[in-house]
Amino acid sequence: MELLQNLLGTEAGLAVWTLLKILAIVAPLMIGVAYLTLAERKVIGYMQIRIGPNRVGPKGLLQPLADGVKLLMKEIILPTKSSKGLFLVAPVLSIMPALAAWAVIPFTDTMVLANIDASLLFIMAITSMGVYGVIVAGWAGNSKYSFLGALRSSAQIVSYEISMGFALVGVLMVSGSLNLVEIVNQQGHGIGGGSVLSWNWLPLFPLFLVYLISGVAETNRAPFDVAEGESEIVAGFHVEYSGMAFAVFFLAEYANMILVSALTAIMFMGGWLSPFPASWGALGASGVIWLLAKISLVLFLFLWFRATFPRYRYDQIMRLGWKIFIPVSLVWVLVVGAWMMSPLSLWN
Amino acid sequence: MLQNYFPILMFVVVGLLVGVGPLLLGWLLAPNRPDPEKLSPYECGFEAFEDARMKFDVRYYLVAILFILFDLEIAFLFPWAVVLKELGMYGFGVMIEFITVLTIGFVYMWKKGALEWE
Repeated sequence: MELLQNLLGTEAGLAVWTLLKILAIVAPLMIGVAYLTLAERKVIGYMQIRIGPNRVGPKGLLQPLADGVKLLMKEIILPTKSSKGLFLVAPVLSIMPALAAWAVIPFTDTMVLANIDASLLFIMAITSMGVYGVIVAGWAGNSKYSFLGALRSSAQIVSYEISMGFALVGVLMVSGSLNLVEIVNQQGHGIGGGSVLSWNWLPLFPLFLVYLISGVAETNRAPFDVAEGESEIVAGFHVEYSGMAFAVFFLAEYANMILVSALTAIMFMGGWLSPFPASWGALGASGVIWLLAKISLVLFLFLWFRATFPRYRYDQIMRLGWKIFIPVSLVWVLVVGAWMMSPLSLWN
Repeated sequence: MLQNYFPILMFVVVGLLVGVGPLLLGWLLAPNRPDPEKLSPYECGFEAFEDARMKFDVRYYLVAILFILFDLEIAFLFPWAVVLKELGMYGFGVMIEFITVLTIGFVYMWKKGALEWE
């Protein structure tokens, strides 16, 4: 960094240094997205007693590359009836929030790009912009399927955002901060002297479940994927997209999955903290490897859900979101509040 | 203070570029052979007989309205939740009152059938 500042002057040096750090987050994330698509096909394959892709490269490891090249060489179709400008803006609108939210994700207590106090608020704000990509894409496509898909998808996303918000209120109550670094550090003491038992998932268990399932619904993943519903509305809001325009939507969907998994790991599963007590030496040491392990665990759950559950009907999805999750999370917020006021409070 | 937010602004710009880049690449590298059939909106094998921007169910609108209400409640709950430990019993009592009023509204809209999707 000092070298850069000497070369380019203080401000330009800082900007280039920040840009390098951003690329150090975005590049692994994109590779992660590419291999998540392969992992999805492999995992679901083995769950259905198939092998999954195994032709391109050793054990199919180059498959994502082949997919990328194929999509790159496909024509980007601009349908005559579509609104051309909006049609091209929509994919950009949907990938920007999925990436920009990573600016405040802490990987360890010092490894974070922007350690701001309102980081959780920023995440809430930027991720809720993702719905614009969906609405704009569905509208601009001017096809019945994309329109229906966009309506369904946006209503579902906003519904589950409410229960996610209530679950986060519970986390904020016990941690007393909007800063993600402090939210993780707070989980480091409590029952068991900072082990798996002191993390938020245990005292906030109902909120943890609500958050996890809402996360699946929020990213339009199976079993909540009526927005895509191949068998009824072919592909939902992005039915008119082809080539790289489709690929950008695809990247955004998988980047969002990784983001939701990272947030679940940070908010409820102790982030980079080790699941073992600190007295266990190397096993008890915290580190970025634990965060990655937890993110992978949640991502595996995403894939497992898709292989296991049949798709919900739309009315069932809305009932689950409004009539079950909102009351459950509201009640548990009050329970946690009363718990904190009582002498039995764990969070002093 | 504001300096902390600069990386976020840069990240937003990088996010936009990651969206625009592939589109440009695809436009440069991919073939472009338009054809009236190919460019017509997708419909199962026949010509689209009306504009796709048709009337839609009013319940989607209702969901949007309810979302704004509840999201606002959450925005009110956030600052309270952060300082609950300092507020103590009084702050908790006041918020119980707030959530009670919210729950009355919630029960009303439930009974009115605003959440039904037969």
